[in-house]
Amino acid sequence: MGRPVQYNTNMKLSPIPEGYSGEGFMATSFDKVVGLARKNSLWPLPFATSCCGIEFMATMGANYDLARFGSERMGFTPRQCDVLLVAGTIAKKMAPVLRQVYLQMAEPRWVIAIGACASSGGIFDSYPVLQGIDQVIPVDVYVAGCPPRPEAILDGILKLQDLVHNESLRRRNSPQYKELMESYAIQ
Amino acid sequence: MALTNEILKQKLSDKFGEQLTEWDEQYGLLTVRMPAEANLKVIQHLYDAEGFQFLTDLTAVHYPERTGEELCVVYHLHNLVENIRLRLKVYVPVEKPDVYTATKIFSGANWMERETYDNLGINFVGHPNLTRILNVDEMDYFPLRKEYQMEDPTRLDKDDEMFGRGGSI
Amino acid sequence: MSEQTQHHIQLAEESLAKQSTTLNLGPTHPATHGVFQNIMEIDGERVLSTVPTIGYIHRAFEKIAERRPYYQVTPLTDRLNYCSAPINNMGWHMTIEKLLGIKTPKRVDYMRVIIMELARIADHLICNSVVAVDTGALTGFTYVFQWRELIYEIYEEVCGSRLTTNIGRVGGFERNFTQVAWEKINKFMEGFPKVMREFEALLNRNRIFMERCIGAGPISAERALNYSFTGPNLRAAGVDYDLRVAQPYSSYEDFDFKIPVGTTGDVYDRYMVRNDEIWESYKIIEQALAKIAKLEQEDPTQKDVFYAPESDHYHLPPKQDVYTKMEALIFHFKMVMGEIDVLPGEVYHGVEGANGEVGYYLISDGGRTPYRLHFRRPCFIYYQAYPEIVSGGLLSDAIITLSSLNVIAGELDA
Repeated sequence: MGRPVQYNTNMKLSPIPEGYSGEGFMATSFDKVVGLARKNSLWPLPFATSCCGIEFMATMGANYDLARFGSERMGFTPRQCDVLLVAGTIAKKMAPVLRQVYLQMAEPRWVIAIGACASSGGIFDSYPVLQGIDQVIPVDVYVAGCPPRPEAILDGILKLQDLVHNESLRRRNSPQYKELMESYAIQ
Repeated sequence: MALTNEILKQKLSDKFGEQLTEWDEQYGLLTVRMPAEANLKVIQHLYDAEGFQFLTDLTAVHYPERTGEELCVVYHLHNLVENIRLRLKVYVPVEKPDVYTATKIFSGANWMERETYDNLGINFVGHPNLTRILNVDEMDYFPLRKEYQMEDPTRLDKDDEMFGRGGSI
Repeated sequence: MSEQTQHHIQLAEESLAKQSTTLNLGPTHPATHGVFQNIMEIDGERVLSTVPTIGYIHRAFEKIAERRPYYQVTPLTDRLNYCSAPINNMGWHMTIEKLLGIKTPKRVDYMRVIIMELARIADHLICNSVVAVDTGALTGFTYVFQWRELIYEIYEEVCGSRLTTNIGRVGGFERNFTQVAWEKINKFMEGFPKVMREFEALLNRNRIFMERCIGAGPISAERALNYSFTGPNLRAAGVDYDLRVAQPYSSYEDFDFKIPVGTTGDVYDRYMVRNDEIWESYKIIEQALAKIAKLEQEDPTQKDVFYAPESDHYHLPPKQDVYTKMEALIFHFKMVMGEIDVLPGEVYHGVEGANGEVGYYLISDGGRTPYRLHFRRPCFIYYQAYPEIVSGGLLSDAIITLSSLNVIAGELDA
């Protein structure tokens, strides 16, 4: 007797981008295809230092399952990853390390600041704590909460996916982007 | 016979006499002040003779208004066999905060003393590696002393008046 | 900035001339589960020596605590050992109660015991499953994490928060446990033994796991005591020191439980001590539930007791009164703004945290904030023994030693 096979019918496929299609071909803009591909295979690099890291572990766990959104593989080397997930307090002692990790990532790279500490220093308005990681590296998405619930972290990642999807291929060559990088003294 | 606060106090007074002062017993914890130059003698005696072989905690307190004895190093010792705790205090002036290190007796005192040095600037004489442990190496003050503020003094990003932090909260 | 960027990868100059290799492990190494940096001298696979650097998430808790009213210190204690935040919260509240001389009713004590033991189970589950992950078994981790979520749901029902709980108030709890909370606790108690037994079956007598762990990272009882070890790590070395028995707080003297001890203090002993403590905690919760049921049966009015009556001055008035009565509103405002009167005095109170003795040394000068508050953080104290433990062992043993010591970065660096 064969085992009963179950199919998950409750799936959502990414919609095909707009374009001109005929028999055996489809033409659309390169931006859209690349955005679609990037969006659904973001490789996160968890930079977890404290409490938010524990909530991030819960997000990766079975109940919340980050893998559903194409972020199955945690990479622990910055060279392979697309998204830097900074979860937890970053002290001034840690700031150069964080910056180093960011610099080691290849373009295009994105950053999510998870939790109040990473976003603004949170309740630790004290001399050893960096008041928000945006003082040393540019940030794309901020997730509020101390620590944020796993749902909030998932929401942050979905917001980032929107950004990635709609990002122009030329953005990273634009003068605005270069100016932003310059303001962080990143060449 | 079980060791109680009274017996311990009697024994220590017999041994060290006038050197131990300011006996206190708040919330059931025997507290005594010892002179800075005799701290190791007292601790070693407690370790050898009275069974206080467990250093629970070591920290320091800053009392800016106590002229001449601004810094207070506090030891919490524990006799695990008799299950009795003891608090020892050493006062030193802020100009010359020299206290002998307890690392020879307790290996665990190493980092506790480094932390105390880092935060309050107590100079533990004879410590094997008295350097900053928690704060950045470049720091040039001892942040837990009362005259320093909690926030980073060089900070420009937050307006104190808008955050209601101009005062002495 | 560029100078500082290079700061953390400085190597000792003489390392080039030596036969051994210098290896920088951390501060963001995935195998260290937190921000620990170790600059190791290794000869092949053997660790010759290691120099730990800490302070990468130093947040100046003690300085912040001097500027915060007593109630606002509780959220700080959450963030010390965030894996078992309720124990820290309640330890802090018990410190203030000791200072003020408040005696809590039995029902409050038992409710606290339930929450604290749940926290201990959650903490030990993380530690043990992470040891398993580091030896190469991810399954147990994903499996028990589902049950840890149930514990979080209980916290959430009691106080509204999952991880950093800020649970309880001086004298008891902010509100009574709801019916749903009791149901969730019962659901956890029903289902947990099966899950735990499966987790044990996966690892405890697993040949691969045992051969990895036995003999790795041992410490003798003498050295452990000299290093001021407490908690499961000291007990694994064979010293039966447990504050819940030695100096009972929160009516722990009413409970019947064992203190598991090991013999060699190696990774396997630490794992087994934690494993047995989970079962002891489970038994304590069972007893606490029975005791509360008995109290309520004898005296139905006990059902509404969730804080000490004499702590009224330190307890927020009921919300419906705040909206309708002026005195309650004024009082609520005063409380929230931190204007509660405390006595001047010095008090040390220790509780048995999941990692050892969490101590609060509080000096109050009668003001609205502590004059000085020092946290005795067990992780900070026993992590200094790490170089001594791992020297001479294998590099891979050093990794599992770190996770079996259960060093929590937040508590380490304060």
